[in-house]
Amino acid sequence: MTMDRAQLKLTALAVLRGIAPEVEPGDIEPATPLRQQVDLDSMDWLNFLIGLHQRLGVNIPEADYARLVTLDNVLDYLQARLP
Amino acid sequence: MIEFKLPSLGADMDQGKLLQWHVQPGDSVKRGQVIAVVDTSKAAVDVECWDDGTVHQLIVLPGETVPVGTVLATLLAPGEAAPAATGGPAVLATTGPEPAKPAAATPVAAAAVAAPTRPPVSPSARKRAQELGVAVEALQGTGAQGAITLADVEAAASRSAATAPLDRAQAMRRAIAAAMSRSKREIPHYYLSETIPMARALAWLQQRNEDLPITERILPAVLQLKAVALALRRVPQLNGYYRNEAFEAVDAVHTGVAIALRGGGLVAPALHDVGTKPLVQLMRELADLVQRARAGSLRSSEMSDPTLTVTNLGDQGVETVFGVIYPPQVAIVGFGSVAVRPWVEGGELRAVPLLTASLAADHRVTDGHQGALFLAELRELLQAPEKLEAA
Repeated sequence: MTMDRAQLKLTALAVLRGIAPEVEPGDIEPATPLRQQVDLDSMDWLNFLIGLHQRLGVNIPEADYARLVTLDNVLDYLQARLP
Repeated sequence: MIEFKLPSLGADMDQGKLLQWHVQPGDSVKRGQVIAVVDTSKAAVDVECWDDGTVHQLIVLPGETVPVGTVLATLLAPGEAAPAATGGPAVLATTGPEPAKPAAATPVAAAAVAAPTRPPVSPSARKRAQELGVAVEALQGTGAQGAITLADVEAAASRSAATAPLDRAQAMRRAIAAAMSRSKREIPHYYLSETIPMARALAWLQQRNEDLPITERILPAVLQLKAVALALRRVPQLNGYYRNEAFEAVDAVHTGVAIALRGGGLVAPALHDVGTKPLVQLMRELADLVQRARAGSLRSSEMSDPTLTVTNLGDQGVETVFGVIYPPQVAIVGFGSVAVRPWVEGGELRAVPLLTASLAADHRVTDGHQGALFLAELRELLQAPEKLEAA
C-alpha cells in the first residue's frame, strides 16, 4: 500500500472522528498531546488504536502505547510500519 | 391478555416518550426481544418485552409521552384467542393522567373514528412510516385529495428527530439532579476509602496483553469491575436494592457502569453477571456498552437493573471519587487514577503504582465495618489478579 503522510493523516482523523464526532480536524495541533485536545478516556483511546489497526493493518503492541502521544507521533509510528 | 407496560428505566425516570414500535399487531414476540424504542430524558432506550406472545394492540403511538407503568400494548399469551372487539376508550383510560399531545391523545379511538374518511396513504409512504415509526394517520397529507405521501412521512420523521435533542442536555441535567437529590435526601451515606497497590495487577495485565492482538487486550478498568463483583460475594449486603423500607439482596452482580456522554451528562447502564464472566468477555461487553451508551441505543434491562454502580474517574487524573448512591441501590464504588507514589512495604520505601478505591454505602443496610471488609477484600483480590481471569 502506498499512502503518503497527508492521506495517513486523513485516515487517522477519520478514525478519531468516529470516536469523538465533535472533533474539528483542522483544530488538532499535530505536536500537542491528543488527549489534551480531545476528551478521550482509556476505552476511547483503545478504540482509536483498534480503528487504526483495522484500517491500516498495522500492529500496535501495548508496549508501544507510551510512544503515541501526539498526532505526529501516531503518524510517524504508522508510516514506519505500513505493510 | 398480557399488558406490556412502560418500565422504569432508572430512578430518575417518571415518564417516557414512545419513539418507535418494532412490531405490529399479529407479530409474535419472544421474551427479551426489543419491541419498542422509548426516549427518556437521558437517552433513547430499546425496550424489551418480558413475555412470549403475540402483539394484540398497540395502545400508545409514536410521539406520545406517558408515565411509567402505562400500558403501551397488549399481547396475547401463547394459545390465547383474541377477545371480541372491546371499546378502545376503556383501554385508553389506563394511559394515566399525563396529558398527551392532542394529535395523539386518543390514537385508537381516533383511528377508529377516522377510518371512513381516512386520507389515502401511498403504499411507499405507509411502508416508510412503519420503518420510521411515524403514526401515519396523524399526518396532514400534501398529496392529491390530502393523500399522505412519502415526503410527508419523511418530513414528519425529521421533525421529531430534530426536536428531540434540543433540550436533551437540560432534561438530562434535571433527571440527574432529581435522582441525586432523592439519594442525598433519603440515603444516609457513609464513605470509606482504601489505597490499593497495583504493581502486581498491572504487571500481570501487561504480560497477559503482550502477545495478544489489540482487539483482545484488556483495560485495567475491567480487572477492577471483576474484582468488585467478586468482593461482593464476601459482603453481599452491598449488592441489591432498598425498597419499601427493606433491603432486597440480589445474587447476581449487575454492575452499573457510569459512562460520561460526549456533550455532557452520564448514564450508568448495567453490565450483567460480572462475577461469573471471564475477563475477555467482560472487556468485549464493556466496549459494546460504552459504544451503545454514547450512540443512545441501550436496552431497557440495562437501564433498570444495576445492583451496584462503579464509577471510574481515573482517566481524568483524579485521585479519589466520593460517590453518590444511585437509588434504589445501596452502594457505589469509585476508582481514581493509578499513579506512581511513595509506598512503604516490608519496611522499605518504594515508588509503587497506587489506586484509591472508595465506597459510599447506605447506613440503613450496612455499617462501616462491612464496608471496610469489602474494601479489604477488593484490595486482596487485586493482589492476585490471576484469580480474576476465570469465572
